[in-house]
Amino acid sequence: MAHAHPAHEGPEVYFQYESLDQQQESYTLGMWAFLVTEVMFFGALFLIYTLYRMKFHEDFFLAHEQLNWKMGGLNTVILLTSSMTVALAVHFAQKGKKAAQLTCLGVTLLCAFGFLVVKTWEYGAKGDHHLYPNWTFSYGHEEGKEHKVKSFWDDTLPQALHIEKKEMHGNPERAKLFFSIYFTLTGLHGLHVVIGIIAITSLMILIWRNSSLITDYVPTELVGLYWHFVDLVWIFLYPLLYLIPR
Amino acid sequence: MSATLIEQGTQEPGFKRNYLNTDHTIKSWLLTVDHKRIGVLYLIAVTFFFFLGSIAAAMIRYELTSPHGILLSSEVYNKTFSAHGILMVFQFLVVAIPAVLGNFLLPIMIGARDMAFPRLNLLSWYMFMVGGSLILLSFAMGGVDAGWTFYVPLSTISQTQISICLVGIFITGFSSIFTAVNFIATIHKMRAPGMTWFRLPLYVWSHYSTALVILLGTPVVAITLFLVVVERTFGFGVFSAELGGDPVLFQHLFWFYSHPAVYIMILPAFGVISEIITCFSRRPIFGYKFIAFSSLAIAFLGFLVWGHHMFISSQSVFQGVIFSLISFILAVPSAIKVFNWTATMYKGSVHFSTPMLYALGFLGLFIIGGLTGLFLASLDTDVHLTGTYFIVAHFHYVMVGGTILAYLGGIHFWWPKMFGRTYSETWGRLSAIVIFAGFNITFFPQFMVGYLGMPRRYHYYYTEPSWQFYHILSTAGSTVLGVGFLMPAIYLTYSLFKGKPCGPNPWGAKGLEWEHCDSPPITENFAEPILVMDNVYNYDPAADSAKYENEEVDMLGGRS
Ligand SMILES: [Cu+2]
Repeated sequence: MAHAHPAHEGPEVYFQYESLDQQQESYTLGMWAFLVTEVMFFGALFLIYTLYRMKFHEDFFLAHEQLNWKMGGLNTVILLTSSMTVALAVHFAQKGKKAAQLTCLGVTLLCAFGFLVVKTWEYGAKGDHHLYPNWTFSYGHEEGKEHKVKSFWDDTLPQALHIEKKEMHGNPERAKLFFSIYFTLTGLHGLHVVIGIIAITSLMILIWRNSSLITDYVPTELVGLYWHFVDLVWIFLYPLLYLIPR
Repeated sequence: MSATLIEQGTQEPGFKRNYLNTDHTIKSWLLTVDHKRIGVLYLIAVTFFFFLGSIAAAMIRYELTSPHGILLSSEVYNKTFSAHGILMVFQFLVVAIPAVLGNFLLPIMIGARDMAFPRLNLLSWYMFMVGGSLILLSFAMGGVDAGWTFYVPLSTISQTQISICLVGIFITGFSSIFTAVNFIATIHKMRAPGMTWFRLPLYVWSHYSTALVILLGTPVVAITLFLVVVERTFGFGVFSAELGGDPVLFQHLFWFYSHPAVYIMILPAFGVISEIITCFSRRPIFGYKFIAFSSLAIAFLGFLVWGHHMFISSQSVFQGVIFSLISFILAVPSAIKVFNWTATMYKGSVHFSTPMLYALGFLGLFIIGGLTGLFLASLDTDVHLTGTYFIVAHFHYVMVGGTILAYLGGIHFWWPKMFGRTYSETWGRLSAIVIFAGFNITFFPQFMVGYLGMPRRYHYYYTEPSWQFYHILSTAGSTVLGVGFLMPAIYLTYSLFKGKPCGPNPWGAKGLEWEHCDSPPITENFAEPILVMDNVYNYDPAADSAKYENEEVDMLGGRS
């Protein structure tokens, strides 16, 4: 524990802390501890996904073709961009450049909204195809939709190389399981995005108003850490759900 | 209750400021960020939930006195034991020691003015109350019949109020996650100068281990229960066999948390016992580092044994063997603690004050609870005993005999510190003895009737009327136990008003909370900055004994 800082101007030190260093380290550690919890929270879902995918690989492969990898890819790009801007916001916060910090946070916020808009499109499309995994679910019952999507990696390339293509059969009930997991995972992730939007907005308002709460770069860093975590979850979700190999 | 606590203090001549009398409004309590006041808020809350859970327990015991049942229909009986389990586990045992004593003592023990995040601490209390209220709401709307374990498919097809109850448990779970985040940041970053890791009281070490378990385990059960709610609400199926899902996967995920949850309950108890035993033996604790690291070992190994709850749930024999083996290994660090406590008492000057009686009761009951756990961890005996009253008796020995006795011991030990008044030693010792006796009469017969084959969660046993003897014995014991629990409730409340005011260190104990802090403490905890120079538990058996005797005589008002 360092000695108490002299009471000159600068970030407010709360009564329970001896020094600004102690306060900043405590906040950062607390956030990391919380993120450990979040990792376990999503970790359980990833475990469930992994087990079922190992068990029902064919069904999962066929079900995943119903997802639009371009939309998912777009969202990946959006979130990666937001990760960069939030990192820049922390950088500018440390330098004390308020305008640049606010701009970066604003771009992050836009990306977050953009992500949600794309996600809403996707969810809507799933509804149109009766892919909500409840009583409205009807997959594989539509005639003429027998997984005819031809792809370079799965059809053209294997044919060119004369690789025997494995015949796959999908079980609609298992597809329902896939979509249960898909909606739970992406839904919870979307909820985290919404929480992130609330956090970023509050932070921006406080900075805008020159609140004494935010004379310090640490709140921006905490929001940044949280946002990186949200992005990271998506970085795992995208390949696992959208890019299942044969 | 909170209003009554505030009354005292002002009436005393020579008014001395402390955390209780700085402000008297209800608002000052409900918006407090003082870790001590939050501890008191938790004390009131968990006492309330314990009381409700005990009523359910009394109904169960009354029902079982006859082989045909006398009080409840089958449906109501299912709801009663579910209510008992849910309230006791999620609203009492998991929170009792960390949230009440942990909140109150942790910052003081490490020489800090408060937790690292006081407002988050208050938020935890509110989330705990919201979660508890939702659970009670689900009971009021008709109850829950799936037991505290919520096994699917029962919990997904049951027509009772399971969703509301699970949402309540989810919120309570995040309340304890926030408490754990607070503990970890506090222990890492808020220690006073000179308070190195190996000068920390073992109480702090055990709370640190507990916080780790909460952080890693609770989110897993939260998401698992959340999936059950999703399945009930939206018709998604992750655990439904008819959708290709796997109900046993629910059990794996549930026990991945719920076995470590046993350590969330018992590790803080270990911490309390370490403090009490070293104080009333007047000796430095034997094997400080062994006890500290055995807490961490328990926290780690606790995550690797969940399968011992599933020996008969279609798990492969190979898995069973592995889980059984690790469960046996897990007994080692617990045994290390027991041996170290025993060695601490050896050649110490042991004083049988109320907290020490509770601690000794803990030792006896925890040893029985732990050793019967080994019966259940071995594959073949478990196949015979699982799902019987043997299991019921085993986990009550660990949870009630372990956690609640340690909790009460801790409450009696730190009561003078928390409220600045002493209670009647005579009544205190009597209550410890009554609880110990009542507990054994209640639960020992359950080992026997369980071994004979009485299944848990049944309320009829008319095919085996001979079991009635054990059940009546158990019910009689539970009455004694109930009286034992009522006694502290009465004399401790009485002591708030009429107890003799005490000095900062009525037990002659070592530690920052006793040596540098008033009773009750001031809001900032310490009048002057803390610099730790000594090692922890630097008791000197010879010198301290005499001093202690005097203070005890003083405290008991002339008796000894
Ligand atoms: Cu277990």
